Amino acid sequence: MAMITGAEVLIKALEYQEVDTAFGIPGGAILPAYDPLLDAGFRHVLARHEQGAGHMAEGYAWATGKVGVAIATSGPGATNLVTPLADALMDSVPIVAITGQVPTYAVGNDAFQEAHTTGITMPATKHNYFVTRAEEIAQTVAEAFHLASTGRPGPVLVDVPKDVLNARVQWKDPEPVAMPGYRPTVSPHPRRVRQAIRLIESAERPVLYVGGGIIKAGGGEALTAFARMTNMPVITTLMGRGAISDHHPNTLGMPGMHGLYAATTAMQKADLLVAVGVRFDDRVTGDPDAFAPFAKVIHADIDPAEIGKVRVPEVPIVGDARLILEAMCERWGDRPTPELEKWWTTIRTWQERYPLRFDQHSDGPLKPQHVISRLRDRADGDAIVVSGVGQHQMWASQYWRFDQPRHWINSGGLGTMGFAVPAAIGAKAGMPDQQVIAVDGDGCFQMTFQELITAAYERIPIKVALFNNAAHGMVRQWQRLFYNERFSASDLGQQLPDYPKLAESLGCAGLRATRVDEVDQAIETMLEIDDRPVVAEFVVDRDEMVFPMVPAGGSNDIVLNGPEDL
Amino acid sequence: MTEQQVLSVLVEDKPGVLARISSLFARRGFNIHSLAVGPTADPGLSKMTIVVEAPELEQVKKQLHKLVNVVKITEMNAGSSIEREIMLIRVRAGARQRSEVLQLAAIFRATPVDVGVDSITFMVTGSPTKLNDLLELIRPFGLMDLVKSGRIAMNREPKARKLRAVG
Repeated sequence: MAMITGAEVLIKALEYQEVDTAFGIPGGAILPAYDPLLDAGFRHVLARHEQGAGHMAEGYAWATGKVGVAIATSGPGATNLVTPLADALMDSVPIVAITGQVPTYAVGNDAFQEAHTTGITMPATKHNYFVTRAEEIAQTVAEAFHLASTGRPGPVLVDVPKDVLNARVQWKDPEPVAMPGYRPTVSPHPRRVRQAIRLIESAERPVLYVGGGIIKAGGGEALTAFARMTNMPVITTLMGRGAISDHHPNTLGMPGMHGLYAATTAMQKADLLVAVGVRFDDRVTGDPDAFAPFAKVIHADIDPAEIGKVRVPEVPIVGDARLILEAMCERWGDRPTPELEKWWTTIRTWQERYPLRFDQHSDGPLKPQHVISRLRDRADGDAIVVSGVGQHQMWASQYWRFDQPRHWINSGGLGTMGFAVPAAIGAKAGMPDQQVIAVDGDGCFQMTFQELITAAYERIPIKVALFNNAAHGMVRQWQRLFYNERFSASDLGQQLPDYPKLAESLGCAGLRATRVDEVDQAIETMLEIDDRPVVAEFVVDRDEMVFPMVPAGGSNDIVLNGPEDL
Repeated sequence: MTEQQVLSVLVEDKPGVLARISSLFARRGFNIHSLAVGPTADPGLSKMTIVVEAPELEQVKKQLHKLVNVVKITEMNAGSSIEREIMLIRVRAGARQRSEVLQLAAIFRATPVDVGVDSITFMVTGSPTKLNDLLELIRPFGLMDLVKSGRIAMNREPKARKLRAVG
């Protein structure tokens, strides 16, 4: 059998994992791998910054459900990947990062572009590898893909020194992956399922509290079926938006710090939380000691460490969210559907009394919620929405109506500003036939907009709805509420930069709407342009705040529904 | 002070395993009191005995389990396990005190390993309690130096299968 280089083995190993797209940037230590990459059976998208490449891999993974791949060189290339890795770890996104490393004989000598990549990324990955022999490359890549995509998904990094890439070896198909310390429990214990069903049967005020775990597990259908059988209200966390259609009558939307009043309050008053694929995040629970004080808890998750971490459940269930929900459906069988009439009446009253609201005057400043609503109504039904972090993210989650999983992509746990543009590019690269809309804020946009050059050059026509309030909006909101309106370092300058011109110079179409009567036209044009990326800037009211709001660390019993509650 | 608990952790013998475990403890705010690592009868595996001060032992165990190189975790409890430490101590012992120090050491089966003009160095092994008792009694003579190994632990044979109890 012919001898090939370690670099060729690496590319072949990626092909063996059926990679169709990778995102990366070449450099000294990874150069050997970029040579066979030219002939690889998959697409390589040249990012403009490794952070961009990492978020693209995340966006790709979110949209497709497959493992995203990012490639970078040693030293700064690898350290620039740390943010996306940490982001993917927090949000359980399956990505594999391949990094070049200085040759093994130079490791530890402070060589040019040397960084201790596996050390730096250890707490930011599910697992990482330092490959010392070319013979190990294919098997290591196979293990990396296995780890990234199974159990609780997450990022895995493979660090390969340059001399290992240059070594000559024979290709050998990787063996089936067997790791003695890695055997995630996927099938739920039947006894736990029985216990859960008993609690659900006798509950008077039950709530299904579901999150990203359902989306990762492909458990949307089982969830919808179980909600129909049990008539329980369903609350989808920021990471779980789309797990069940927002048009389903049982859905109450997002809970928590900026959640809908009815969703947050239903949990506070519930006598049973059926928590599936969630982790009782502080943005959901508020003060954990005051969270859902009357509720018994069934907590189902693939990661046993999440169960009991924040709240000790009455019934713990370890397993895959889809299999758990299917087992619950089966166990429920033909039991009658509970009416829960009193509970639903109460919830409907909350929904009527405290709906989402905003005031858009026809000649007043543009309200971001108005723009989101118009965009939602005009976008394709199966558009993928990708957001950054901050006010615009909350409004997007509050006002959009998601019908299916994997149509809402955002940075939840780590809260990585700048996520939207590169993640949208990754999503569009993975799902080229779907409309991909980045809903972004000006603060976020300025962190990663150079990736629009990638989008233009690689012909990945994403759409960016840019909400320009000339400020770090959420920071400004907190400064208004908690720091006596002392707006320290949150002002970004109204005319800086000129976004449509900037967009044009990056190879995109640029649009701007500043008045209410300009919004629909801008949206229409943005949605029409499909031969290049487009940025539509909406100059919005900088004083608009996100409500409802539970102040950080406060009890979820006290929801501020608007400025009048302050 | 939080109670100490002993975990016996079987890990794959791979580079960086110790770093992964210490990084995990640092990240999650768990306190390591002592840690001892060594090979096992199986060449691919190492055993770590970790003494932790963590109010939430369940969480420590679950987080450790998430490390891919961790194969098995056993929680040791005093009743059913053997726990040992080794300690070296240098005690002030001039001509006048020498016999008294040696006598005390003999009770604890501490072995003199180095004798100088003003001091004696002992090696002593035993349970943490035994070592602490010795330390308390010997301290008044003047403790000049002390080194302790991490604790190591092993489960006893289940009662039913035990032929005779030793030590």
